[in-house]
Amino acid sequence: MLPSLSRRDYLIRFLQTTVGAWGVGVGLTNAQDMSVLGRVQDLSDARLRNFEEMVAPYVVRQTMKHEGVTLSLPMLADNGHLVPLSLKVDSPMTEASHVTHIYLISQRNPVPLMAMFVLGPWNGRAELSMRVRLSGTQMVVALARLSDGTFRYETQEVVVTEAACIDNG
Amino acid sequence: MTTARLQVPNRIIEGDVFKLRLLVQHPMDSGFLRDLEGVLVKRNVIRHLQCILHDKEVFRVEPTTGTSANPLFEFYLRATHSGELYFRWVDDKGYIGELRHNLVVEPANQSQAPKS
Repeated sequence: MLPSLSRRDYLIRFLQTTVGAWGVGVGLTNAQDMSVLGRVQDLSDARLRNFEEMVAPYVVRQTMKHEGVTLSLPMLADNGHLVPLSLKVDSPMTEASHVTHIYLISQRNPVPLMAMFVLGPWNGRAELSMRVRLSGTQMVVALARLSDGTFRYETQEVVVTEAACIDNG
Repeated sequence: MTTARLQVPNRIIEGDVFKLRLLVQHPMDSGFLRDLEGVLVKRNVIRHLQCILHDKEVFRVEPTTGTSANPLFEFYLRATHSGELYFRWVDDKGYIGELRHNLVVEPANQSQAPKS
C-alpha cells in the first residue's frame, strides 16, 4: 500500500515529477546551447522513477491491484520514437462496472504521462492500442481506473536501443 | 495541414462491438529536439482528441509528448444506431482538427430476412 500523503506532499511530488522535467525544454537561449545539448542527451539517462512516484499523481488512497490488465509491448524496441503498445482491461464494460480512465506512465521520459484515455460503457470493450515514445530502457505502467473507484495496473519492461528525445534519433 | 484517416469495418450490425482505427497526421513536436539549423523546435502536441457520437463523447484521449508523431489510436465502440461520428482535436498552437464520418449501422435482423 502507498503511504498516505497530505495534499501538500502530493502537490510537491507531482511538481517534482511532472513540472520539474519541463524546465529542460523551456526558455532556452543561444548562450545556454551547450549545456542544453548536454542535458538533452542526459534525458535518456534520466533517473528512473520508482513505481510509487509514477502512480502517485493518480492514486491517492484508493485500492490498487496488480491484476486484470494485459499490457503488450515489444520486449526490445529498436527505435524509441515509435513503440507499438496495446492493452486490454478485463471488464464487462456495463453501466454498473466499466473502465473510466486509462493512464500510460513512463519511468524515464521527461514527461511521465504518455497518454490518458477516457472510456465508458459505450465502448463495449476496454481495449486500446497506440504508439508511444520511450527515452531509453525502462518500465511502462498501464493504470486503469474502474467505475467503482479502484485501480488495476500492469507493468512491463522494455529495452530501447535508440532513445527518443535525442537529436538524430 | 493536419489531416486524419479513419478505418471502420465495412458492415456494422446493430449490437456489435466494432474496432475503429484513427490515424491523425501531426508532428507531435516534443520540444526536446532540434531542427536542421540546430534550433529547438517548440512543443506542439495534440492536447486532447475526442470522438462524439449522437452528441455524446464516446472516446477521449489526452496525449502528451510521450505519444509518437502521427498518432494512431485503436479503440472499440458498441453500435447502437446510425449517426455521424465526429472527431475533434486541439493542439498547442490552437489548431482545431476535425473529421466527420457517416456511420451506417445495419439492423440486427436483416441477415435473417428471407431473400427475395
